[in-house]
Amino acid sequence: MNRASLFVPLGVFVLILTLGYVGFDLGARSELPSALINKPFPEFNARLLGRPEQSITRDDLLGQPTLVNVWATWCPTCLSEHEQLMQIAATTDVQIVGVNYKDRPDKALQWLAQFGNPYRWVLDDRDGLLGIEMGVYGAPETFLLDARGEVVYKRVGDINPRIWRSELAPRLLQLGVSIAGSDADGARQP
Amino acid sequence: MILARPGRWIVGRLILALLALSSASACFAVSQIDTFEFSDEVQERRYRALIDEFRCPKCLNTNLAGSDAPIAQDLRKVVYRLVVIEAKADQEVRDYLQVRYGDFVLYDPPFNARTWYIWVVPIGLGLLGVFVILGLQRRVTGQSTVLDSSQQARLRSIVQGTAAADADGTAGAKNPETKS
Repeated sequence: MNRASLFVPLGVFVLILTLGYVGFDLGARSELPSALINKPFPEFNARLLGRPEQSITRDDLLGQPTLVNVWATWCPTCLSEHEQLMQIAATTDVQIVGVNYKDRPDKALQWLAQFGNPYRWVLDDRDGLLGIEMGVYGAPETFLLDARGEVVYKRVGDINPRIWRSELAPRLLQLGVSIAGSDADGARQP
Repeated sequence: MILARPGRWIVGRLILALLALSSASACFAVSQIDTFEFSDEVQERRYRALIDEFRCPKCLNTNLAGSDAPIAQDLRKVVYRLVVIEAKADQEVRDYLQVRYGDFVLYDPPFNARTWYIWVVPIGLGLLGVFVILGLQRRVTGQSTVLDSSQQARLRSIVQGTAAADADGTAGAKNPETKS
């Protein structure tokens, strides 16, 4: 038996350790891949928050890129991302549509009055049915749709400055959204 | 598939055992307080089987039946609606959830471009193990096979030399070649 082969068990052990480490690392990821990526956003017909006589459908979102943001007043993370959404609304021309998910309309309206309203429309999804169509399993979740209504990106969790810089802004630029204060090539925060 | 089911059963029991020992978050509480009405027993059995089958998207390793997360409650309602009110077949319910929540909700993942390795890697590692064991065995038996003629001759000379040295009663065993 040659001397080098004595190290084979050590090699196997290190391999097992590595696989174990990688495996546990994967297990720690709590975000699911969305089943909707590169697929059309689901058809819907939803009433507007505070204006129940008025409703919009998927067709109303088409023709320009759209951010669909799922939020609720019971969700603290939604509040922490709200300022970022306000900033996106102020500095870009992307249309932002809110989905008020499993919430009380009176609370939601009060929340918007208090913290500002970045949304073009807010859909009233108090029973969470639209959420299920979208594969939502918590809030906040944000979908980016292209002008044809296909989902190009989904974020589970808050839109914070880091996500905005590294993931959202570059995709918006790619879709032809103009962002005030950004270079042609970069995606600096405005 | 055949392997996955008993494995899942054992894991399921282990999780239940752990749950019994821990007062975990709401996500893990094994209580189900939905009050659904079923028109017959078959329907109810199908409903129970289906909610046992799906993974709750929020709690990483609990099924819909065992989770109190709000999304699990909602999805149980959806399964109830599909089974009882819309009278869908089991496979239609599976498809419905898979389209919306992805392969993740299925404990039996399909074999496709994104999931092939979870099926292939264990089989590959198993085969590798079999080859390693076979290889080791062959080496061991290869070493203990019959000696060739020169080895035989050398063995005979060693044995005879030792015997001669013993007969002499000297310490010559250390160098049997010169004695014989």
